Amino acid sequence: MSQSPQQTGAVLDVHDMTVAYRRKPVLWDIDLIIDEPGLIGIVGPNGAGKSTLIKAILGLVPMASGRVSVFGGTIRENRKLIGYVPQRESVDWDFPVSAFDAVLMGTYGALGWFKRPSRKQRDWAMECLAKVGMQDLAKRQIGQLSGGQQQRVFLARALAQKARLYFMDEPMAGVDATTERVIFELLRELRDQGCTVLVVHHDLRTVASYFDNVVLLNMRLVASGPVATTFNEDNLRKTYGGRLAILDDAGEAVRAQERSS
Amino acid sequence: MGWLSYNTAIVLSGTSLLGAVSGLVGSFAVLRRRALTGDALAHAAFPGLCIAFLVMQRRHLPGLLLGAFISGVFGVVLISGLRRSTRIKEDAAIGIVLSVFYGGGIVLLSIIEQQTTIGSKAGLKSYILGAAAGMVRSDVMLIGSICVVCTLLVLLLYKEFKLVSFDPGFAEVQGWPVLAIDLGLMTMVALTVVIGLPAVGAVMMAAMLIIPAAAARFWTNRLSLMLTLSAIFGTLTGALGTLATTRFSTLPAGPTIILVGAFLFLCSMLFAPARGLIASWRRMREFRAVVVRQRVLAELFHRPDQTFEKLLKRRSWSGQKLQTALHALVDAERVVKRDLKYSLTDGGTEAAKRVVRGIELWKLFVAENPQLTANFTDLDVENIDEVLPPEVVEQLEVMRSSASAGSVA
Repeated sequence: MSQSPQQTGAVLDVHDMTVAYRRKPVLWDIDLIIDEPGLIGIVGPNGAGKSTLIKAILGLVPMASGRVSVFGGTIRENRKLIGYVPQRESVDWDFPVSAFDAVLMGTYGALGWFKRPSRKQRDWAMECLAKVGMQDLAKRQIGQLSGGQQQRVFLARALAQKARLYFMDEPMAGVDATTERVIFELLRELRDQGCTVLVVHHDLRTVASYFDNVVLLNMRLVASGPVATTFNEDNLRKTYGGRLAILDDAGEAVRAQERSS
Repeated sequence: MGWLSYNTAIVLSGTSLLGAVSGLVGSFAVLRRRALTGDALAHAAFPGLCIAFLVMQRRHLPGLLLGAFISGVFGVVLISGLRRSTRIKEDAAIGIVLSVFYGGGIVLLSIIEQQTTIGSKAGLKSYILGAAAGMVRSDVMLIGSICVVCTLLVLLLYKEFKLVSFDPGFAEVQGWPVLAIDLGLMTMVALTVVIGLPAVGAVMMAAMLIIPAAAARFWTNRLSLMLTLSAIFGTLTGALGTLATTRFSTLPAGPTIILVGAFLFLCSMLFAPARGLIASWRRMREFRAVVVRQRVLAELFHRPDQTFEKLLKRRSWSGQKLQTALHALVDAERVVKRDLKYSLTDGGTEAAKRVVRGIELWKLFVAENPQLTANFTDLDVENIDEVLPPEVVEQLEVMRSSASAGSVA
């Protein structure tokens, strides 16, 4: 673990983060350092503050206290290195844009003020759509896509950002098998290219097979580290408490992981 | 200009330009879910106008509009303040600010009317319902310049406005100053509302922003086209409404213009091919007819040579629906009628096989993956190969053949 992220330029360094809505704290004293690129799952029960953690890191919700740095600089300085997949429910899908238009928006950040996307950006957006297997639906209005397809549009838009560090808020929530597979393969591809991807994930059974590292969260940071050492029954009990059904699931997941390793 | 007097021409160009800019700016307000904020702005502008009049003691239009602009913007700031710092929801905050400001304006108006010392007090009332006929050349110049400024801004910042209207959170992460861009949009709305007050009036101005945009949305799924159409609808609304008021001079300007807009909206809602009611009703009917035809094909595939009466009893479809479906199938040479009995042609058998396969595979898929059914926008039995990945279809085929083998044995 590095002492001074400014010098080493850790991928992500969250220090002493507390977030409060009105008077209720949602996240308490979060200290999280991610040194190396990889796939990181953020796991915890409903209301544990998983989305809030991502949003606070990105500056979308204010922190009561804390400091965030990415690649040794502030978020503001390194915006161009960051990609984002928000929750699907966060936008109005009836908005008059096509799947292609939505993906093209991923290139806006690098374009800067006033400039219109040119051939280059358009080709790249199309390539990103193709990466999620949606090139044939490029012209469809986004509201006429299925839930899984909408999720893939969001993912393609994030790919279009050409980022080094991605934040994804439940990209696999309620998606079909095809989409889940497409997403997971893309995540691996991104990791192999040296990117870091933080994914808010809800399905404990797939944590071990999808991610290198896991962050267990429930208002406070319960544990974070490699899946092999961190994703165990003890930590899961600390995260989820005595909720038996979930623990059964988790236990099964842990056992499955132990069998495979 | 023959039938068009100079005065009418001035008023006509003023209201047309006002309609155009309202349509353009209103589209963003509607898409950004700020339509009611526009309404609050228009009502909240009214007391500012009265205060400006009390301060200046005369009817000086630019001064009045400045007052209107300030109090309108103040009203909107108050709404967002109420929403942020209390538990009052946005709609309630809008309701409070809108009526309190407007009520304050009406009280101020009656105070002004009682002050006999002020000469040209008459006319302030026209800002409630609008008086397009009173427009002079300088008013048109003002509206025209706002129109040009807003159009240029939208052309220049189209990408930014589009992004912030669609997904402000994503825009923020990309580093755009979302608040400033939003403020730019709201300023355009405020300017449009304020220059519209003399012609259309505080009560009706919001409709001028909302109606052309809402009408345009029925015709297209593309933002650029929606903006263009909305501006055109706005222009038509302003122009036709003005012509109606000049033709029948007793009609109030604002309400007449809005009624013309409502007519355009109604036509769009009914007849637009993309999202209009009649078109979607037709598509729904066509889809239902397709489903019935598929069922008939499947039925005749399993049990050939059935009479109409027998077919009717097999399923709970109405005689008329069945009749229509059979007619269509006979016309398409999928089904032949011999001795009052219906059976499939070769082409019909092929089609029926596809349908039966589709139905069975979907049923298997849904039984295997009940949690996923909500994710599919179309479970059309004929396009299962396009919707599902090939290996899943293959797997389903295996399950299907083993199931049918089981039923034979």
